[in-house]
Amino acid sequence: MILNGSLNGNSMNAVALKMLLGDRAKYLGLVFGVTFATLLMAQQVSIFVGIMSRTANAITSVREADVWVMDPRVRYVDEVEPMRDVELSRVRSVPGVDWAVPFYKGLSTIRLADGLTQQVQLIGVDDVSLIGLCDDMLSGRRDAIRDPQSAIMDRNGFLFVWPEGDFQNSRTFELNDNRLRIRGVCNEKPTFLTFPILYVTYQTAMEITPPQRKKMPFIVVKARDGVTAEALATRIAHTTGLQALTAPQFRWRSINYYLERTGIPINFGITIALGAIIGAAITAQTFYIFVVENLKQFAAMKAVGVTNGQLLRMVLLQASVVGSMGYGLGMGATALFFFATKNQPALQGFQLYAQVMAGTAVSIAIIILGSILFSLRKVFRLDPAVVFRG
Amino acid sequence: MSDVSLRHVSKSFAAGDGQVQVLHDVSTDIRLGELTMLVGPSGCGKTTLISILSGILSASAGEIELLGHSLTQMNDRKKVMFRRKNIGFIFQQYNLLPALTAAENAGMPLMASGLSMQKASQRACELLDAVGMSDHVNKLPRQLSGGQQQRVAIARALVHSPRLIVCDEPTAALDAASGKGVMDILRQIASTPERGVIVVTHDNRIYSHADRILEMSDGRLIGDHAPDAFIHKE
Repeated sequence: MILNGSLNGNSMNAVALKMLLGDRAKYLGLVFGVTFATLLMAQQVSIFVGIMSRTANAITSVREADVWVMDPRVRYVDEVEPMRDVELSRVRSVPGVDWAVPFYKGLSTIRLADGLTQQVQLIGVDDVSLIGLCDDMLSGRRDAIRDPQSAIMDRNGFLFVWPEGDFQNSRTFELNDNRLRIRGVCNEKPTFLTFPILYVTYQTAMEITPPQRKKMPFIVVKARDGVTAEALATRIAHTTGLQALTAPQFRWRSINYYLERTGIPINFGITIALGAIIGAAITAQTFYIFVVENLKQFAAMKAVGVTNGQLLRMVLLQASVVGSMGYGLGMGATALFFFATKNQPALQGFQLYAQVMAGTAVSIAIIILGSILFSLRKVFRLDPAVVFRG
Repeated sequence: MSDVSLRHVSKSFAAGDGQVQVLHDVSTDIRLGELTMLVGPSGCGKTTLISILSGILSASAGEIELLGHSLTQMNDRKKVMFRRKNIGFIFQQYNLLPALTAAENAGMPLMASGLSMQKASQRACELLDAVGMSDHVNKLPRQLSGGQQQRVAIARALVHSPRLIVCDEPTAALDAASGKGVMDILRQIASTPERGVIVVTHDNRIYSHADRILEMSDGRLIGDHAPDAFIHKE
């Protein structure tokens, strides 16, 4: 008896794969649809996450700090409400503080040798510890910042102000009628404001910025061993009446401020939604057409004894092959995009996040499953006329 | 007892707000070892009738008994399993899968039963040899003529040794010579007592191959003829 031969449940899988790969143009069209949808979703979401992360880069770049102390009215990192100098001593006196140093952050305008002006983010770091100064130096030395009239600029800012580059060639400029010289260039993640980042010592910052009664925007604090950042922040706030937040708390508060108070999330949300809808439409439509165009083949198979369950498994296999190929290529293209643009100032620091990869995989799976379930209804309810008519 | 028995079979389809009755109280018996032709004008219900007697479509009323089993009592899954084992199909447009070779296409019913593609193709090659297609086993359908594709379809219909072969206009898309070749094969299949062949056709060139001709009109069986008498009547 024929059916006494070796049984192999994979034979219909082989048929499914041959059907899929047999029509090269349709197969490539399907894979392209999924690739495009994956690319749209993963790239746009990653850029959105990257932009929102930039709003807090000024916080994450001060890697040593466990707690940020500021005026209670400050809502995000780019909002400055200066404190009295005496607050530094008060914070240092709180039990559990290992060290606390001042951190200046504000906007200033520099005047270049040719008379042009440029707004910069002025960062004043503690003269002794240099905490808050970037450490990936592309030219010069970090401690050169302690020399009189010295500054360090971030790479993107330097190239923006002096596009010809040449980091070794020392540049001079004026800031509030004070002559300063670039003594080094460092690599630092861009911030949301995109202005060049100009590092000076805290003391220099106090000297070159307009005189005010209160000038200290932030105090950054390190907790002693055995003291948690959360506990220390609570203690500082309770003892001094100032606002003290752990670095992650301050980071999320800044991100949330931009999310709530700017049109970025809505605009990006619309872009991402459109990308997802277009990608979903392309994928769903292509897969639907693929199944519907094979309807007569499925009908013939049903007539000769292929069950709906077997057809379902065949279509799911085809979908998983197309989905895996398209997703892999789409993710590869997204990763390639971020790799190729990693040194461009506009996209520096943007990356493909694992969470985005997982979310996109789920979205693509839902889109494909939705489209095949929709098209399979036609297969399951096939009119016998489809089988018999020419 | 007959091998295929239809008793008072009716079928209606929904159409708009009402119903269209396609078959009216059809009763007949069909025996194995015969080639039975079902003839009649387009739209008279021939295709609906073979769909019902092969278990692809359910009747609205009536009893269908096939090879000792009541199709009326079977659910859809049992019908598929029954079809897989007992019925072979030949379609007007062959309905071969374009991505599969002739041997793989012919082996499809065995693969549906769980046999590996390799073993199903081996068995299919024997059938392809029997229908004169041994030189074309590894060709894709697009590389075959219409007559050759129909021979592959015949091999597919026979590969699982079914007892009943149901053919829908098997010669409609073929030239006279190819059509005769196909009918010769079907005639030979029907000459064995354990197998029956039912052919729906418009093609009066092939009436002489039948053992018996059932004539339909407007959803009713209106005649049961010997081929010579029917050809003479035509």
